[in-house]
Amino acid sequence: MNPVYDVQRIRADFPILQQQINGRPLAYLDNGASTQRPQAVLDAVNYYETHLHSNVHRGVHTLSQLATDAFEAARERVRRYINAASTHEIVFVRGTTEAINLVAQSWGRSTLQPGDEIVISALEHHANIVPWQMACAATGAQLRVAPIDDDGSLNFEQYLALLGPRTKLVAMTHVSNVMGTVLPVQQIVAAARERGILTLLDGAQAVAHEPVDVRAIDCDFYAFSSHKLYGPTGLGVLYGREALLQAMPPWQGGGDMIRTVSYQSSTWNDLPYKFEAGTPHISGAVGLAAAMDYLEALGLPQVAAHEAALLAQATAALSDIDGIQIQGSAAHKGGIVSFTLAGVHPHDLGTILDHEGVAIRAGHHCAMPLMDLLGLPATARASFGCYNTAAEVDQLVRAVVRAREVFC
Amino acid sequence: MELNELYREVILDHNRHPRNFGRLDPADALANGHNPLCGDKLTVTLNLQGDVISDLKFDGNGCAISVASASLMTEAVKGRDRSSVSAMFDKVHALLTQADAPSTDLGKLAALSGVREFPARVKCASLCWHTLNAALANADAADAAAVSTE
Ligand SMILES: Cc1ncc(COP(=O)(O)O)c(C=O)c1O
Repeated sequence: MNPVYDVQRIRADFPILQQQINGRPLAYLDNGASTQRPQAVLDAVNYYETHLHSNVHRGVHTLSQLATDAFEAARERVRRYINAASTHEIVFVRGTTEAINLVAQSWGRSTLQPGDEIVISALEHHANIVPWQMACAATGAQLRVAPIDDDGSLNFEQYLALLGPRTKLVAMTHVSNVMGTVLPVQQIVAAARERGILTLLDGAQAVAHEPVDVRAIDCDFYAFSSHKLYGPTGLGVLYGREALLQAMPPWQGGGDMIRTVSYQSSTWNDLPYKFEAGTPHISGAVGLAAAMDYLEALGLPQVAAHEAALLAQATAALSDIDGIQIQGSAAHKGGIVSFTLAGVHPHDLGTILDHEGVAIRAGHHCAMPLMDLLGLPATARASFGCYNTAAEVDQLVRAVVRAREVFC
Repeated sequence: MELNELYREVILDHNRHPRNFGRLDPADALANGHNPLCGDKLTVTLNLQGDVISDLKFDGNGCAISVASASLMTEAVKGRDRSSVSAMFDKVHALLTQADAPSTDLGKLAALSGVREFPARVKCASLCWHTLNAALANADAADAAAVSTE
């Protein structure tokens, strides 16, 4: 492991980790659901609320200017983080879910024709399935699903075979929140682009765990959530190529998104404001910017290497336990390990692990179609973040052994 | 909050060896229960003689708490009439949610009292009862209905 990566120093930055749960040190291994905030994020939000807050883009008074400056500086911070060409391409939304709904409602409803096709993968989170089903129901377009292999990787040949003259969009996850698979997004996008097909990537499980460069990936849309990137909840980002966003109609109407309004009609504001109706989550954006500063100071390649080591350790140790089955063994995985234990339902496992201070997710992970495909009602999932330690992986493994003792 | 308060021997036993597991066919009534939060699914089938549940079975897939609760429920309600089943459900519900609820008259069902210390698991234990209620409500209809705890 990287010698300069001092995980104990990193842990000290996260106040919430300094506590005991059920009399045991907290091992927070539910980062796929949401990450925790470092002091720097809490301080940035607090400073904004204490000194700078007002509404943005509308006052001439000093605070309104300060709040606007902070909000727009956050947008520039996000642009740099994902290497977008312009801040016009950074739309603040409520989260990954809203980002995808925005594209489905605005682009989808205005563009899709009966018989058009949207291709997703079998790995998708409900957030990248349901909005497309809604757009399809409204337009007569159809949803096609690219299958996966047993190890959880995308079957690339069958993906290619699905791309046809009616395919208008490929919408896929960057990293699977259930099986941990990192999809070959560059190849996925290149294949679509060659055929003139647009691409949207769900980056919810990727952006806090590896460097993401939307121009290198060359996708048309990229969606992610602040709260999975050590930032506040209630905020997310839609990246969209400027020319596409320009051509798309607004999807919500109200303040901020207009240029002129009369009782008869309105004209739209410039990008990205056309897609930001109403008062935005200003402090959230400030917090997200601080989180991006924090993560980049750690170094995303270093974070990725650290999490890869934890994944390897957990995979090896869990595999040694009788009755454990790990779901997902693709060659390229993020720090996510889903598993089942014979004779112990994942919810019971979750309760027993919690009793040992270990926080994991048990359930269908908002991916019911994938669970059906795997033939499982639920799995237990441990997911790692920048502050997790080898000792916490040991604590997880000991707790799983303990669950076996209770039940078997 | 002790783990062995939740996973008592009776519960572990009924989870490993659920009683009245399967389906009655033919059945006077059937209902499906689903807890979308957990993915727990179960089906209750029953036969009635007048107002009395003469026989019932359940099957499905769920955590130890939901399987054991369903198993215990089938033992407790078989041979009882609707009004005594309904009174029993009220008592079980109180047992699962209220700190000072008495467990008198509940027999083995009293083993579920530990669940109230684990609020996230109350729905697991009550799913079978909601499904039984739905089956009783369906008793006259030929169609199965779905019940949800969400
Ligand atoms: C892959 C993936 N997509 C989308 C989402 C939805 O994110 P949010 O609830 O923040 O909108 C999640 C989070 O659970 C996720 O893991």
